[in-house]
Amino acid sequence: MDTFRILVVDDEIDFLETIIKRLGKRQLDVTGVDSGEKAIALIKEQLFDVVLLDIKMPGGMDGIEALREIKKIRPLTEVVLLTGHASIETSIEGMKLGAFDYLLKPIKLEDLMLKLAAAFQKKDAHDQKIRNAKIKELLRYPSKVFDQIKENDK
Amino acid sequence: MKQQNSKKKLFRHLKVQIIGVTLVLSIAPLIFLGGVIYYQFADVSVQRCKDQLRQLSRSQSNAVDVFLRERTNILTTIVNTHTFQELSLQQNLQQLFQVLVQNSQGLGLIDLGVIDETGEHLAYVGPFALKGLNYYQQPWFSAVMSKGRYVSDVYLGYRQLPHFIIAVRGHSNGRPWVLRATIDSDVFNSLVRTAHIGEFGDAYIVSKDGTYQTQPRLSGKLLEKAGLDTNKFAEGTTVQEVEKQDRSIAYYAGSWLKNNQWLFITSQEKIEQSGGLLEARNTEIIIVATGCLAIILATIFITQITVSRLEESDREMDKLNAQLIQSDKLAALGKMAAGIAHEINNPLAVIGEKAGWMKDLLTEECFQESENFREYKTSVDKIEEHVERARKITHNMLGFARQMEPRLDDVDVNRTLDQVIDFLENHARTNNIEIQTDFQDTIPVIASDQSKLQQVFLNLITNAIDAIEKNGLIEITSRCNGDFITVTVQDDGPGIPKEQQNHIFDPFFTTKMPGKGTGLGLSVSHSIIEKMGGDISFTSKEKEGTTFTVKLPVVLPEKK
Repeated sequence: MDTFRILVVDDEIDFLETIIKRLGKRQLDVTGVDSGEKAIALIKEQLFDVVLLDIKMPGGMDGIEALREIKKIRPLTEVVLLTGHASIETSIEGMKLGAFDYLLKPIKLEDLMLKLAAAFQKKDAHDQKIRNAKIKELLRYPSKVFDQIKENDK
Repeated sequence: MKQQNSKKKLFRHLKVQIIGVTLVLSIAPLIFLGGVIYYQFADVSVQRCKDQLRQLSRSQSNAVDVFLRERTNILTTIVNTHTFQELSLQQNLQQLFQVLVQNSQGLGLIDLGVIDETGEHLAYVGPFALKGLNYYQQPWFSAVMSKGRYVSDVYLGYRQLPHFIIAVRGHSNGRPWVLRATIDSDVFNSLVRTAHIGEFGDAYIVSKDGTYQTQPRLSGKLLEKAGLDTNKFAEGTTVQEVEKQDRSIAYYAGSWLKNNQWLFITSQEKIEQSGGLLEARNTEIIIVATGCLAIILATIFITQITVSRLEESDREMDKLNAQLIQSDKLAALGKMAAGIAHEINNPLAVIGEKAGWMKDLLTEECFQESENFREYKTSVDKIEEHVERARKITHNMLGFARQMEPRLDDVDVNRTLDQVIDFLENHARTNNIEIQTDFQDTIPVIASDQSKLQQVFLNLITNAIDAIEKNGLIEITSRCNGDFITVTVQDDGPGIPKEQQNHIFDPFFTTKMPGKGTGLGLSVSHSIIEKMGGDISFTSKEKEGTTFTVKLPVVLPEKK
């Protein structure tokens, strides 16, 4: 199975760089951007399994806005929100918009790894469900199997 | 303290102002009305008295006039029906006088005389020895000779006694003569005096120059000056108000008679006629005074109640303000704490991550061989330890701001209660309050917000301790009926007064001393439990205690 891809979005460059390095050291495919706009641009081009998204980013697009956009573009991408100050209203809004979970800064890497694992698991289960559905579909119309193989060869 | 004193002063001032204005606006018109009524009444009374006097004076003067005219006419008739020769005989005159006296009792004639044109008193019937005297020089004689009829003023004459006469001129054989009669003073006086009214009223006749023509009843003598300016009395009948020498006021009604030669006077003291007026005045004063007293008492009573209520609501307002200020302070503190926590959390996150990265690097072999590897590792561990410490502090600050992340924990209600009781036990023990628990063992773990539930239980148990104050028992139970978990907190404190029971869930309502309670505990607890889909209620009896019941829906956590 491919490595899970993680996108970290945080305007705090020091934090961003370090978390990328630490997650990278744990064999995770991590990319980082320092604004919501950059995150959206990247998500439009690439697939990520989980996005670690800071809620409060001064200037431009904030975390909640970015979450809304991400869910529009990639509904299946799980988003874990990061914040130094989670208010009840923001948290409820985040959950309503489909965020997977919250983490309060400063984070413990162990907690982050647990949340990521849970998010991967959910994403994986979902992907598996889609794969199974596709296989079922192909088996119902065998001719399509060959078409699919040809398509894959291309 | 200073503010309280100035408020007391303000309310006292307000009370005085309200009482003052109300009394002035209500009593002044009452007194004014009383005065107007009194003076109107007095005016009418005086007018009535004057009218009465005028009427009396007019009718009695008419009677006197008739009296004089009647007697003058009798004499005229005699003169016209008898000759001088007949009447100048003493015997004939004697006979005539007897007939007059016998047939006309009360004519009031004392004597009768016949005088010739030279003034010689030729015949005389009466008590005095006046026969043979000559009246030619007497003023009345020339008057009657010229006018034909004459009623004299009172004078002394030959008899040296005050009297007045009626004289009529006759003609016999072309020669004039005079028939003269003297009027009985007693009869005339009694006729005049019948016009007096009251104890101090009088009735008399004065001549044009103010000389008494009849004997006044109370003071003064016949032929003395009455001290009245007769010129003040106009023709007909007029009433004058005169200030007497003793400064008392009297009303005089004067009617002219005898061809405006005599003035018939009836008088009455003002004080006498105002007897009824005084009585009316006293009654009115009593009514007005009673009214004023009632107004004063009612004003003071109503003002007292109004100002007391104002003071009470002002105190309530102060209390509310104090509570608002307190809650504002807490809210501001909460905001500040949350702000600080946020500002610190970000750099703390960087420090934590950097330390974590250093730790990650230290696991690499090349670093482990370093001479100071242990020192580095210890230092990084310490940094992580203190970041964790700081993290807890900032999270607690956020908790204080009540803005912790909402999350569904797996909550063991019994355990949560135990934690809160552990936290408060020391405080309860200090006040000699025992906390007894009776928990159902089989209560399921539910998905709820542990910190919020802690906050609710903390509020309820703290309130129970505060209600008991010292020496008492708090019983806490938990039960589950499948759909709901029910927690009760029962104290044996003084209970909640009935009038406060409807308000205890209101924001800022507190029975605690200002500064001790924000009045938000039960209100916040109520909204927390409601948001959780539960219910919070209470029963309370004064002097027996209060029981709060929290019902929480059983929401089982998702299986992970």
